[in-house]
Amino acid sequence: MVAEHSVKKNFSVTLRVWRQAGPNQPGKFVDYPATDISPDMSFLEMLDVVNDGLTKIGDEPIAFAHDCREGICGTCSCTINGKPHGPGKGIATCQVYMRSFGEGDVIVVEPFRARAFPLIKDLVTNREAFDKIQQAGGFISVRTGAAPDANSIPVPKEDADLAMDAASCIGCGACVAACKNASAMLFVAAKVSQLGLMPQGQPERDKRVLAMVKTMDEAGFGNCSNQYECSAVCPKLITHDFIARMNRDYLAALFRSNFKPVSGASDGGA
Amino acid sequence: MNLLVSLFKTSIGKKFLMALTGLVMVGFVTGHLVGNLQIFFQPDRINGYAHFLQALGPVLWAIRLFLLVCVAVHVWAAVALTLESRAARGPEAYAIKKWLSATVASRYMRLSGIVVLAFLIYHLAHFTLGVAQPGTFKTALPEWKMLEDAREFGFPLAAKGDVVHDVYSMVFLGFANPVVSIFYIIAVGLLSVHMLHGIDSLFQTIGWRSAKWSCLLRKVALVYCIVYFLGNLAIPGAILTGIAKPAVGTYAAQKLAASPAATSSAVQP
Ligand code: HEM
Ligand code: FES
Repeated sequence: MVAEHSVKKNFSVTLRVWRQAGPNQPGKFVDYPATDISPDMSFLEMLDVVNDGLTKIGDEPIAFAHDCREGICGTCSCTINGKPHGPGKGIATCQVYMRSFGEGDVIVVEPFRARAFPLIKDLVTNREAFDKIQQAGGFISVRTGAAPDANSIPVPKEDADLAMDAASCIGCGACVAACKNASAMLFVAAKVSQLGLMPQGQPERDKRVLAMVKTMDEAGFGNCSNQYECSAVCPKLITHDFIARMNRDYLAALFRSNFKPVSGASDGGA
Repeated sequence: MNLLVSLFKTSIGKKFLMALTGLVMVGFVTGHLVGNLQIFFQPDRINGYAHFLQALGPVLWAIRLFLLVCVAVHVWAAVALTLESRAARGPEAYAIKKWLSATVASRYMRLSGIVVLAFLIYHLAHFTLGVAQPGTFKTALPEWKMLEDAREFGFPLAAKGDVVHDVYSMVFLGFANPVVSIFYIIAVGLLSVHMLHGIDSLFQTIGWRSAKWSCLLRKVALVYCIVYFLGNLAIPGAILTGIAKPAVGTYAAQKLAASPAATSSAVQP
């Protein structure tokens, strides 16, 4: 594959990029030619090259977020030709290569669009809302002290595998960006399930799902309409089965929290 | 947290209400269709059945009220969720919009829902309240005298000689009007499309769907919706095309025989 493509000649495309100087400022699409692009460049390298050119002529470079550039941090986020993370399946923007495009293509690059992800500049959005959701319950409370023996808590292999699938979420926000309702259900479902599937996650299971969904609602995300656009763009291919699982978990927790007897301990009982 | 408040306030709570009320309505429309298909038997059947329902009195009202509450909650949740979701996109829309995995039925839930709601109001005005076509409403037609005892699973519905409303003729005369029939067909078509996504979706909302059987679920929903549509198509379709003719001796038969060419005139008061 690589050999076949590496003989391909360099080519040129037109970038149509959303430029916006800052929050609450007017934004617009601006066209930039990207010439003499190697098909083996990554999409972000191509943006670097275009930015070098802009800097040389004294223009403001295109702001885009990136960090690991190997698909594990979830920082790079933009919508390329109407699809978050661009062409390809199970990859992040940083793993898109220019060989996915052809000579003369117009590539439209937009930021992730969601009210809960306010725009900072150009293609950079503030995805703090995800951190808030995590802080509401995406953890387990443990007492520090001597570390328990490894494997002292048995975990069924299937549960461990499933929890690992959920845990592969890198929190990039593509699920929100792809959803027609800007819903964060896939993200929250992955985070809820990751812990809810493990024995260590059980004590706070109900509290966790109730608190994380509450924080999700408060952040201004939309509502899931079960169309599964989210899992179709997830760079980690996290399945929307986790959403069904979270719905079940949430409803059970909601009913339990209303019918569970309340202990008198806080009033000084035994 | 109070359970009811949470159900009405949270995103998943509202979706759950939508799924539950949707499920109730799927159950209702299925039963309603089965009941209506009795139009193809002797007039005693559907007239006896309608008489039985009417005779339920307060129970009928309780059922009607429950169904109305379901419709109201379903529509309220649909509007609330839609408004929230619209706002959630933020100030700027995407320049390029793409569908990746959403089924066609799922993209038009709001549209199909609105048409179904408009139809529902018309349908109640037509066959329940009698304000849409008062001339052929059951209370304006001569009453029907039961020829035989009517029974369902051995349960008596109406007795021989009972004088009951002539629902049989009302349906034949109502659907003899092509405009009424075509609106009906379009509405049940869209309702079938609505339920195609709805049935799939409600299992996900309640948490009963997974990749293990999602394929089967979609197939079951598809078969259900096709059967539901064909069943509903049969009634106005057969009446309009003349495949089904009202039984000899009924009021509808006389009326339609009197003006066979312009069937629509039969519905004029
Ligand atoms: C009366 C007017 C109606 C309106 C305005 C309406 C609207 C909607 C909307 C907007 C949705 C949400 C779809 C989504 O979130 O993707 C929905 C879902 C649904 N509707 Fe309706 N609908 C109506 C009537 C009906 C009827 C008559 C039935 C059943 C026969 C029905 C069954 C369902 C079901 C089962 C769902 C799925 C619930 C879920 O997503 O979990 N609806 N409806
Ligand atoms: S830059 Fe880290 S995932 Fe793309």
